[in-house]
Amino acid sequence: MEVTQAHLDRIAAVDGAVHAFLYLDAAAALSAAAAVDDRVQRADPPASPLAGVPLALKDVFTTVDMPTTCGSRTLQDWWPPYDATVTCRLREAGVVILGKTNMDEFAMGSSTENSAYGPTHNPWDLDRVPGGSGGGSAAAVAAFEVPLAIGTDTGGSIRQPSAVTGTVGVKPTYGGVSRYGLVAFSSSLDQGGPVARTVLDAALLHEVIGGYDPLDSTSIAAPVPPVVQAAHAGATGDLTGLRVGVVSQFRGEGYQPGVLRAFEIAVSRLRELGAHVVEVSCPSFDYALPAYYLIAPSECSSNLARFDGMRYGLRVGDDGSRSAEEVMSLTRAAGFGPEVKRRIMLGTYALSAGYYDAYYGQAQKVRTLIIRDFAAAFERVDVLVSPTTPTTAFGLGERVEDPLAMYLSDLCTIPANLAGNAALSVPAGCSDDDGLPVGLQVMAPSLADDRAYRVAAAYEVARDAADGGPLAHRVPELTEDRLPGPNRAGVVGR
Amino acid sequence: MDYGEVLERFEPVLGLEVHVELSTVTKMFCGCATVFGAPPNTQVCPTCLGLPGSLPVLNGAAVESVVRIGLALNCSIVPWCRFARKNYFYPDMPKNFQTSQYDEPIAVHGSLEVQLADGSTFTVGIERVHMEEDTGKSLHVGGATGRIHGASHSLLDYNRAGVPLIEIVTKPIVGAGARAPEVARAYVTALRDLLRALEVSDVRMDQGSLRCDANVSLMPRGSSTFGTRTETKNVNSLRSVERAVRHEMSRQAAVLASGGQIVQETRHFDEDSGTTSPGRRKETSEDYRYFPEPDLVPIALRDEWVQRLRATLPELPWQRRARVQAEWGLSDPELRDLVNAGALDLIAATVEAGAPAGAARSWWVSYLSQQANSRSVELTELPITPEQVARVIALVDAGGLTTSLARQVVNGILAGEGEPEEIIAARGLAVVSDSAELMAAVEHALAAQPDVAEKIRSGKVAAAGAIVGAVMKATGGQADAQRVRELVLARCAP
Amino acid sequence: MPAISRDEVAHLARLARLTVTEEELALFASQLEVILTSVARVSEVAAVDVPPTSHAVGLTNVFRADSPRPGLTQQQALCGAYATEDGRFRVPRILDES
Repeated sequence: MEVTQAHLDRIAAVDGAVHAFLYLDAAAALSAAAAVDDRVQRADPPASPLAGVPLALKDVFTTVDMPTTCGSRTLQDWWPPYDATVTCRLREAGVVILGKTNMDEFAMGSSTENSAYGPTHNPWDLDRVPGGSGGGSAAAVAAFEVPLAIGTDTGGSIRQPSAVTGTVGVKPTYGGVSRYGLVAFSSSLDQGGPVARTVLDAALLHEVIGGYDPLDSTSIAAPVPPVVQAAHAGATGDLTGLRVGVVSQFRGEGYQPGVLRAFEIAVSRLRELGAHVVEVSCPSFDYALPAYYLIAPSECSSNLARFDGMRYGLRVGDDGSRSAEEVMSLTRAAGFGPEVKRRIMLGTYALSAGYYDAYYGQAQKVRTLIIRDFAAAFERVDVLVSPTTPTTAFGLGERVEDPLAMYLSDLCTIPANLAGNAALSVPAGCSDDDGLPVGLQVMAPSLADDRAYRVAAAYEVARDAADGGPLAHRVPELTEDRLPGPNRAGVVGR
Repeated sequence: MDYGEVLERFEPVLGLEVHVELSTVTKMFCGCATVFGAPPNTQVCPTCLGLPGSLPVLNGAAVESVVRIGLALNCSIVPWCRFARKNYFYPDMPKNFQTSQYDEPIAVHGSLEVQLADGSTFTVGIERVHMEEDTGKSLHVGGATGRIHGASHSLLDYNRAGVPLIEIVTKPIVGAGARAPEVARAYVTALRDLLRALEVSDVRMDQGSLRCDANVSLMPRGSSTFGTRTETKNVNSLRSVERAVRHEMSRQAAVLASGGQIVQETRHFDEDSGTTSPGRRKETSEDYRYFPEPDLVPIALRDEWVQRLRATLPELPWQRRARVQAEWGLSDPELRDLVNAGALDLIAATVEAGAPAGAARSWWVSYLSQQANSRSVELTELPITPEQVARVIALVDAGGLTTSLARQVVNGILAGEGEPEEIIAARGLAVVSDSAELMAAVEHALAAQPDVAEKIRSGKVAAAGAIVGAVMKATGGQADAQRVRELVLARCAP
Repeated sequence: MPAISRDEVAHLARLARLTVTEEELALFASQLEVILTSVARVSEVAAVDVPPTSHAVGLTNVFRADSPRPGLTQQQALCGAYATEDGRFRVPRILDES
C-alpha cells in the first residue's frame, strides 16, 4: 500500500504538467494494494512477482471499473461491461491498476496530440511530445508516476514513445498477447505490450499478460517465450557469438544526425559485448510505410464503423426529426477527430470497388515481401537493429498540420508490425545535439521475443555502465518552476 | 397480358438465394444461446453485440454443418477458405459489417434434383454455399403496417445477431418456362426436406430459420442475354415462393411489352395481395468494400476430415426414394402418389422403426391421411411420429390390440394423451386376452343363448357369430373376435 | 498521380457515414491527395506473382466447441445505450430497407 500511495502522491504532484492519465482511481488502487498486503500477511502470497506493483493501462483496454475512452469523444464516459483479457490477467496477478493513460484517438498518431482530451507532455521536455499513440503510458513511466505500464503497438505506438521518453517498450510477436478487450484499430497489426524503465521489469510484465487466449482466434497456442529468463541471461552482458544485422534502409535522409550518432555508439557497444555486427539490406522495407498507411486505415475504416451512437457512446442530433442515417453521420462527425476521419476515408477509398487491387491488394503483397525479407535476414543474423525512430521528441504542435511528416515517425517500427515478429525499443542513450533520449530497436523472429530481451538486457547493462547509471534517472526534475499553470482538464480523480 | 402470352414472348430466368439458420446450440462466433423467442437482448455478449474490443471465435459445429450441406448438394468442398467483411451501415448489424464469405465460399458447384408434381424432375444448379452471421431484429414503431415507412423510431433486439446463417445460391435456373414458379417452390421444398434430413436446422419459414429471396428476370425468346433482374424479399412460405415468382414474371412482362425497362431493385412481397412493390431506391449502389476478415484465421479443409463428414450424411431424400421404390416394388405413379401425399418419408421412417412396409403404408395412406384431411393439415403436421405408429402396428401384430382398438389408440395419440402404452392403460383399451376371462364371457353368452349353443353343437358353425357378437359386446369390443370364435367352437365341440 | 476530387471525398464521407463541412471537404481532399500519392508507391513494387498476406500469424482452423458461455445480462447489454425501450435499443427512424 505504501508503494501505491507513494506513486499516487507522485502523480498528484506531476501529472498536472505531464497529463499522462485520463482516469485515476486512487481508492480502488489502494484497496487492491491492501488486498495484496493482506494475502502476504496471511502467508498466502500471490504467485506473481508483480503483485502489489502499480501500473498504468492505456485507455484502449476495456475495464469494468473505469471508463474506456480510447482518447476519443465518441467513448467519453463509456464504462464497458467486460474486462479485457489483459486487464483480467493483470488483476489476477495482483498488479494494482492505478488508472488509464492518454493516447492518440483510437491509437492513430505518433504524438498523443490527437487525443480529444489534450496532449500528454514529454517529461524530458514538457514542450515536446511523448510520442504516440501510447504517449500517456510512456510518459507515466518516464516521469516515475508508475514503474509499469501497458501500451499497444500497431505501427510503433509502444516503441516510438518509449524511444523518445527513455523507457523500454516491447511489441510482442503478433498473437503473443490477447487482443480480446483491446479496442481494435488495425486488427492484423495491433498488439498489446509492456512499458517499463528496465528490461527485466518489461519481461516480468510480458509474462503476466502474454499467452494463449481462447477468446482471440489470432492468439498463438504456445507458451510465452522465456523472456524473464532471457533478461536475466542478458544481464551478464555477454553477447559473444550473437549475429546482429543493422538494417541498411534505416539511415540517411530524414534521420536526425544526433540520433544516428547515438545509434552508432549503441552498435559499437554491442560489438564490445561480443556480438558480430553486419549490415543487412531489406529492400522491401522502403515500401513498409506506404503499405502500412493502406492496410491500417483500411482495417480501421471497418473497425470504427460500429461507433454510430446506436448502442453505446456519443449520440448527436437525435431530435426526433432526423433519420438514423443522419444521426449516425452527425454523431461520427462530432465524435471523431480529424486524423481518425482522414484514416477512415483513406481506408474507405483503398477498399472501394475499382481501387482495391491497386491499393489494399497491392499493400498486402508488399506485406508478403517484407515477411520474406525478414526471413532472409534471419537466416544470416539472429537479431536486426536500427534506431527506433528517425528523430528525438519533436515539439508540440510541430507536425500536427502535416500528416505525412507525422507518419514518418513510424518508418523503422512499421516493418515488424506488418510481418508480426517481435520488436522492442531499449534506451540507447541521449542525442548529442539536444540531449533527448534515443531508442535502439531490436527485432527478433516471431516467437523469439526472448532473443530480443536478451540483447536489450545486455545492452542496458553496458549502457548503464558507460553512462554511470540508468538513463531513466537522468530525466529532468519535474520541479515547481517547470510545472506550468493549473491542472489540465481530463485527469479525473476519485 | 395473360400468363400464356408471357411465356410465348419471354423465357424466365430465376436465381434463388436461400438463407438457413443453423440449429447449433450457440452462435457463429460466440457462446451465446440461440433459443428462439427469448426476452430481448438476453442472449448477447460483447462479441455478438459488437462491443469495442470484442473478437469472434468460430463455432466448429457450424463448419461441420455447412460442409455436410455442401456435400449433400453435390458441391465441391474447397481445400481452403477465409471469412470476409461485408461493410455497410444498418442498425441491426452491431459492427456495421457482416462477417461473411465473399470470393471464397466453402462449397461450390453442386446440384439438387427436384421432383415436380407430375413426376418429372428438374436439376437446379448450386453456385455456392457459404457461412455468414445473422443480424439482430428491428421493430419499427409508429407506422401503420409495422414496416419502415412512416415509422417514428425503431427498437433493436440483438438476440438473433450472430446466429449461424448459411447462404445457398443457385446458378441461374433456365429452361423451366411456364413451370418456373412451380420449380422455384419445388426447389425450396426439396432443400427444406434435405436440410431437415441433415438435422442442421429447424427450417421453419414461419420462424425465419429458412428464408428465400427470389431473383427473377425475363429473357426475350430467341435471345441468350439475361434480362435485368429484380430481387424479391419477404417470401415467407412455400406458397409465397411460387406466387412471388409468378407475379414478378407477369409484372416484368407487362413492363417490357409496353416498352419500359426493368429497374434492378429489391422488391417486397405482400402476402395478402400476392404482389411485389419496390423497396426504397438507393441513390448509389452499395459498395461493400469486402476484405479478408483479419480477426478470423483461414479454414483448411483436409480431405480426410471432409470424408469423415461425408460418412455422417444420412440417407438423403432422393436416395431414400430410390431405395424404397426398389424395396417395395412400387411403380413410378405409386411412388409419386406417396411423395405427393408427403407420406414417403413417414412410411420409410415407420419401417425403419420396425414396422412391416405394408402395414406402415396402409396406416399412413388410409387412416392417418383421413385424419390429416379432416383436420386440414399436412400429413407431416399430424402430432404423431413414425415411431409411435410402428409401436401401434407391433401391438396389433402381437395380439395386444385389434385394428379397431388400434384406431382408438391412434386417436388418443393425436389428441395428445401420450404414448400408446399410456393411452391403452388410461382408456382401458387392452385386448382381453386372459383365457379365463374370455372363457367366462363365452360361457356366459352360451348360457344366455342356449338355442344358439345347441345349433353350434349340432354343427352349424355359422351360428357362432351371434355368440361372438355377444362376447364382443360384453367385453366392450376389447376381445379378439377371431380368438373368441375359436373358443366358442372349441367349447361347443362334441 | 492519383487526384482525388471534392466529389470523391464527399462520396467517401457518405459511404463512411461522416457529415463533413465544405471546408473539411476541401481540406481532406488536398490532404488525402498528398497521402495517396505517397502510398501509391506500393504499385512500384513488381509483385504480380507475389501472393498477398492477410494474416501474419500462420494459424488455421481455430474453432470452439458448440457449448454455451455466459454472456451479458439485459441490463449490461443496454448499459451504454443512449435510449432504450422495452428492453431494446431505441434508435431513430431508419430510412432504407435492409
